[in-house]
Amino acid sequence: MSSPSSARTASPPRSVPAVIPRVSPAGRPRRAGRRTALTASGFLAPFAVLFLTMMIAPIGYAIYESFFTVHRAGLFGGTQSTEFAGLSNYAAAFGDHDFIASIVRVVLLGCVQVPVMLGLALLLALLLDSRSARLRKSFRLAFFLPYALPGAIAAVMWSFLMAKSLSPFTGPLSHLGIDIDFLSPSWVPVSIGNMITWGWTGYNMLIIYSALQTIPAEVLEAAALDGCTGWRLAWAVKIPLVRPALVLTTVFSIIGTAQMYTEPAVLVGARVPGVSPKFSPIMNTTLGMDLGGQNLAAAESVVLALLTLVLSFGFLKYTQRKGAMA
Amino acid sequence: MSVIHAGRPTRPAPRGTEIASKVAVNGVLGLMALYTLIPLWWLLVSATKKSGYLYTGAPLWFSHFDLVANVRTVFSFEGGIFSTWLANSALYSLVGATVSTLLSAMAGYALTKFHFRGRESVFNVILASVLIPAPMFALPLFLLMAKLDLTDSYWSVLLPSCVSPFGVYLCRIFAAASVPDELLEAARLDGAGERRTFFRVGLPLMAPALVTVFLFQFVGIWNNYLLPSLMLNSSSLQPVTVGLVQWRSEFANGVPPLVPITGAFLSLIPLLLAFVSLQRFWRKGLTAGAVK
Repeated sequence: MSSPSSARTASPPRSVPAVIPRVSPAGRPRRAGRRTALTASGFLAPFAVLFLTMMIAPIGYAIYESFFTVHRAGLFGGTQSTEFAGLSNYAAAFGDHDFIASIVRVVLLGCVQVPVMLGLALLLALLLDSRSARLRKSFRLAFFLPYALPGAIAAVMWSFLMAKSLSPFTGPLSHLGIDIDFLSPSWVPVSIGNMITWGWTGYNMLIIYSALQTIPAEVLEAAALDGCTGWRLAWAVKIPLVRPALVLTTVFSIIGTAQMYTEPAVLVGARVPGVSPKFSPIMNTTLGMDLGGQNLAAAESVVLALLTLVLSFGFLKYTQRKGAMA
Repeated sequence: MSVIHAGRPTRPAPRGTEIASKVAVNGVLGLMALYTLIPLWWLLVSATKKSGYLYTGAPLWFSHFDLVANVRTVFSFEGGIFSTWLANSALYSLVGATVSTLLSAMAGYALTKFHFRGRESVFNVILASVLIPAPMFALPLFLLMAKLDLTDSYWSVLLPSCVSPFGVYLCRIFAAASVPDELLEAARLDGAGERRTFFRVGLPLMAPALVTVFLFQFVGIWNNYLLPSLMLNSSSLQPVTVGLVQWRSEFANGVPPLVPITGAFLSLIPLLLAFVSLQRFWRKGLTAGAVK
């Protein structure tokens, strides 16, 4: 992995026009491979430089850091020495109780929240697609609107909506004899799940709805001729046909769950006592960075990225295999 | 997205069940619409309430209307930092989206219009990075920026915002769909250099689609929270998302709730306006991408 500074000096974006060769007015357009490659790299260079320095180099750096450890010696850790540490940072990451607990917490939350959200999204898409639906455009816009909000702003809004003193929900609920403090420790996971569901159901619904729209009319006609309507039509014909969209939204949701940060972080910022500052893995790792445990934090980021990849690609492969067998 | 229901087969159903299903279907859709809209409605209503009346009266209806004073409070609070936050958000989003759109257009153009060895592998690397979620890059990026002493500066948020692999992916599709090879050949025959050919022929042809790329990136940067909250410590550098969360946390220390509530409401206005008014471009770009 090249160090970012050398990558940056190698080809500054300013030099782009200089490497673009010109075709003489009289000449035929040349097909010379090397020349084409040179021209193409001129166009690619500015993006490539930023891509390498802002995305590839940091990952390389994190992997590098994860194999080293900093030894502080002397009074107040005055002198530092960096040593190769092998896999000890990874061992420390798996031994970090808070890190593991945050992963378990987020996985459990995702196991409930993702099916609820996607089930709701599928139901709404099917209903919007059914003959009985009215005001389709307005409903679609209303469902999609939360997606336009920044997650942080939505979380700030919900943090007030769920606060006992301000919530428009707790009052009516207590009239019904249900006393809920949405920000109490036992309700916090539900409240965070609700925030994510609110923000993302419409987005997922739109993906599934678009897939429903591409089902050829002949297929539905044939099903109707066979007397297949209503729920049976949805269950036996439409859902199997939008399976790719369901797989896609599931993968997106798994990735989204693994990177959960904004909602719990805002609640921690709002001093909600029921939310641990190490609620999600990313929160745990960023806190570790602030405390100076760079190498451990690097190892944890690598573990997290790999875990996300394994989960999402694993699900993808699993459904592909299942699809092939069916 | 066209609605093709007109062509859908209909099966005569008994009148009673038809009405019942209509009521049930639209009832469920209506309930969901209430779920998505009530929080936003509450935010709007609360932003207009006179300070101190937030806790009294009906939470979902207007009373003691005092929006102007609330807006004034927000803009003058803590030395008028709110307008700085808005300006920062605009700066990060505008510059980031503009630069990344231009770079993506150039890269996407190069990846479709030039045949060179390794083209597919370059594209595959870019595509793979689309599949890895952005927050997974944020943590390593922070480590690197901290090492280079670049954190807590405009650059620490701006530079990462200027890269958009997804933009390159879209631009490659758009360039293939909307820039005919014949036109490029003609421009070259007329003696235009490669740079001129791109800026005078390729770029204008891709322009409508580039609005989509710009939009995606703009909204992505404006809505981002993890990256700026990691990188920035100084209040004066923060975008409005990070700033409002900070106000929300100071609420426990006595910042009146109206300040973050009205602030949140105000920060949403430009976004919702852009969302609704640019819907046309949004859809246009998406259909352009779907053609290919």
